[in-house]
Amino acid sequence: MSLTAAYIALATGVLVWALLVSRLRVRPWEARPVPVAASEPHVPSAKVGLWVFLAVITSLFALFISAYYMRMGHGHGPTHDWSPIAEPRVLWLNSALLILASLAMQWAKASVQRADLRSTRDGLLLGGLLTLAFLGGQLHAWRELGQTDFFTPQNPALAFFYVLTVVHGAHLLGGLYVWTRTVARSARSNTEAIDVRMSVELCTVYWHYLLFVWLVLFALLLST
Amino acid sequence: MSFIAIADRDQEHVLHEPQSFIRKYVWSQDHKVIAIQYAAVAISIGVLAVVMSMMMRLQLGFPDTFSLIEPERYYQFITMHGMIMVIYLLTALFLGGFGNLLIPLMCGARDMVFPYMNMLSFWVYLLAVLVLLAGLFAPGGPTGAGWTLYPPQSVLPGTPGATWGVILMLVSLAIFIVAFTMGGLNYVTTVLQARCSGMTLMRMPLSVWGIFTASVLGLLAFPALFVSAIMMLLDNVVGTSFFMPAIVSLGEQTNYSGGSPLLFQHLFWFFGHPEVYIVALPAFGVVSDLLSTHARKNIFGYRMMVWAILAIGCLSFVVWAHHMYISGMNPYFGFFFATTTLIIAVPTAIKVYNWILTIWRGDVHLTTPMLFAIGFIFTFINGGLTGLFLGNVTVDVPLSGTYFVVAHFHMVMGVSPVLVVFGAIYHWYPKVTGRMLNETLGKAHFWITFLGAYAIFLPMHYLGIMGVPRRYYAYPESIDFIPASAAELNQWISVAAMIVAAAQLLFLFNVFWSLRHGAPSGPNPWRATTLEWQTPDTPPKHGNWGKQLPVVHRWAYDYNVPGAAEDFIPQNAPPMEDAPKGRDHGVKA
Repeated sequence: MSLTAAYIALATGVLVWALLVSRLRVRPWEARPVPVAASEPHVPSAKVGLWVFLAVITSLFALFISAYYMRMGHGHGPTHDWSPIAEPRVLWLNSALLILASLAMQWAKASVQRADLRSTRDGLLLGGLLTLAFLGGQLHAWRELGQTDFFTPQNPALAFFYVLTVVHGAHLLGGLYVWTRTVARSARSNTEAIDVRMSVELCTVYWHYLLFVWLVLFALLLST
Repeated sequence: MSFIAIADRDQEHVLHEPQSFIRKYVWSQDHKVIAIQYAAVAISIGVLAVVMSMMMRLQLGFPDTFSLIEPERYYQFITMHGMIMVIYLLTALFLGGFGNLLIPLMCGARDMVFPYMNMLSFWVYLLAVLVLLAGLFAPGGPTGAGWTLYPPQSVLPGTPGATWGVILMLVSLAIFIVAFTMGGLNYVTTVLQARCSGMTLMRMPLSVWGIFTASVLGLLAFPALFVSAIMMLLDNVVGTSFFMPAIVSLGEQTNYSGGSPLLFQHLFWFFGHPEVYIVALPAFGVVSDLLSTHARKNIFGYRMMVWAILAIGCLSFVVWAHHMYISGMNPYFGFFFATTTLIIAVPTAIKVYNWILTIWRGDVHLTTPMLFAIGFIFTFINGGLTGLFLGNVTVDVPLSGTYFVVAHFHMVMGVSPVLVVFGAIYHWYPKVTGRMLNETLGKAHFWITFLGAYAIFLPMHYLGIMGVPRRYYAYPESIDFIPASAAELNQWISVAAMIVAAAQLLFLFNVFWSLRHGAPSGPNPWRATTLEWQTPDTPPKHGNWGKQLPVVHRWAYDYNVPGAAEDFIPQNAPPMEDAPKGRDHGVKA
């Protein structure tokens, strides 16, 4: 498993290298005219910042998943203590809620690009409420598992279930903080669509990404 | 709009300069103030770590003399010393300190792209430091598990600080990672987005390249420490068994089931090895700039230097298990990692050759920063060569538990980056304060530190080859294989360590004394080419560049260009009318 991680890291490195190689072959010591427009950012900084942050999140969850597999394969015979758990059925509903939340955010994004502030606000509100419903559903799943017979911190499968879902939920909460600020700004009377456009777009990217992370985690939990 | 890059807001920053003392110097969003805040906190906590190492040296050099240093204290000193030095001092100082100061100034930006988050990053870092220090006052004291915090012993009751100590340590690390992530996002995005006109990636000074790549490494590697910290916290507090195996402790069966201590080591070193380069790459970058500036010569092989930085960055993610040859992991694993470890020597060697070729036949000015930079080359080669021994499985197995390892990593990761830190402070202090540091004191500081470091760490290699185990509190005479001379050597090391530690007071005195009494430096005392020396004010004011952002016309290393009026051409100087096409690299046309 660690070897897989190693090769993924190596492949990422090669990819970055390939992307950069044309720029890295410039000979800076030679005199050449100033490309005046070169430093004008094509992409807004906030967007770049978000993408870099998504890379950090990817690293975090990839390492959690890596640890999950390594812990699962650890031990033989009596020292092998991994006993799979039955995932609460409510997770299916939760997944549907999060998919709908992501769709609502996408609707908000499409609206804000049309400068339609009213449906932007509706989309945002719907997306956020569906996300809150998702978190409520997760809470329900945690309590349901807490009442089963196999609830014991020693069971690594159970412990991982809680850790993965809590960490994912915490990231959603962080998103909801930004969402609250965006909703508050969009509700002000003098706001125009352009004022919230960037925030809505960034929220949408973040929501899609956390949906992707959730689907990966859910698949992992179901398959093991 | 928030998404307009700061670099484009030409007038805005001048207008929005904060007026109140609090906004200007405490809750400041100015990258220069945040840099000083980061550096001040990092160096202060570093002084504490030095004091702890002195306590250890007192015990090792003169056992049975100081009754206050009990075995438990000794292990707590080891742990705190290591963790503080690696994370709270070096990482914070290079990225939070120098990164904050240099990235906007060298890239020609007014500030970081997310100034508010930058401010938050510092205060969260301070919180992490305070939580760490709280461990000193917690019941049972700070953790004594060694800086790697290996389970199971870090959680079991026999270890000092196994309850509150380790919990506070892990919480502090998690907070630090949050702080670093906020800072790192800023450094990376600023380099990508806010470079001034004409500053292409390949015209950036190597300091920026080093800090940039180190930030990327940190952003991808620190999550591994975060994951292990969270899981270990749960093992400790809730009683999960992620890392804790079924184990009998102090005669009692614990409640843990079959966790995997090896998993912790994998996660820890997946962070831990990139961490070496998170500290080393900024040092590489800074030292390249110091050498070029003080040797009045363009850096040798600039492109290769950039490629080497990127290659080292990528490779640093595939060598982590060379820290674990004796951990009980699959031995075939070791051979894979020994190979990657030896491959990483290639770009590193390229860098070392290029540094030497940069000063070769240069107009070398032996200023204090230059002395530290040259001292770094010696020390880094030294530490790198012992790394070849430890990178090979068969040689590492007998050496791994000995002082050879202590000597190796202190040379390569302790002394080397610290020499660069000092060189960098002597170099950039004039830009930060407008005054020079005293050169005589600086040179005395250098020679005592440099020679002293060798007096400390060279003998440790011999201790290691003799087989003297590390991590021991004392070496009673009943251990037959350790000769009496080892004790004498330990005394020598301890005395040298005291002298080196005392010499750092010279440095601190110099820093404070020169604030008022140093000779005024003028804007560009080293006659350097990079943008930070071309600011309209020294120290630079809020917004750095007055009304007009600089425009860059050349790379950062135009020293002694044939036909130029002076021996350096600033990056923002307009092109010469009769400029020769391309550099002739010292070969007469």
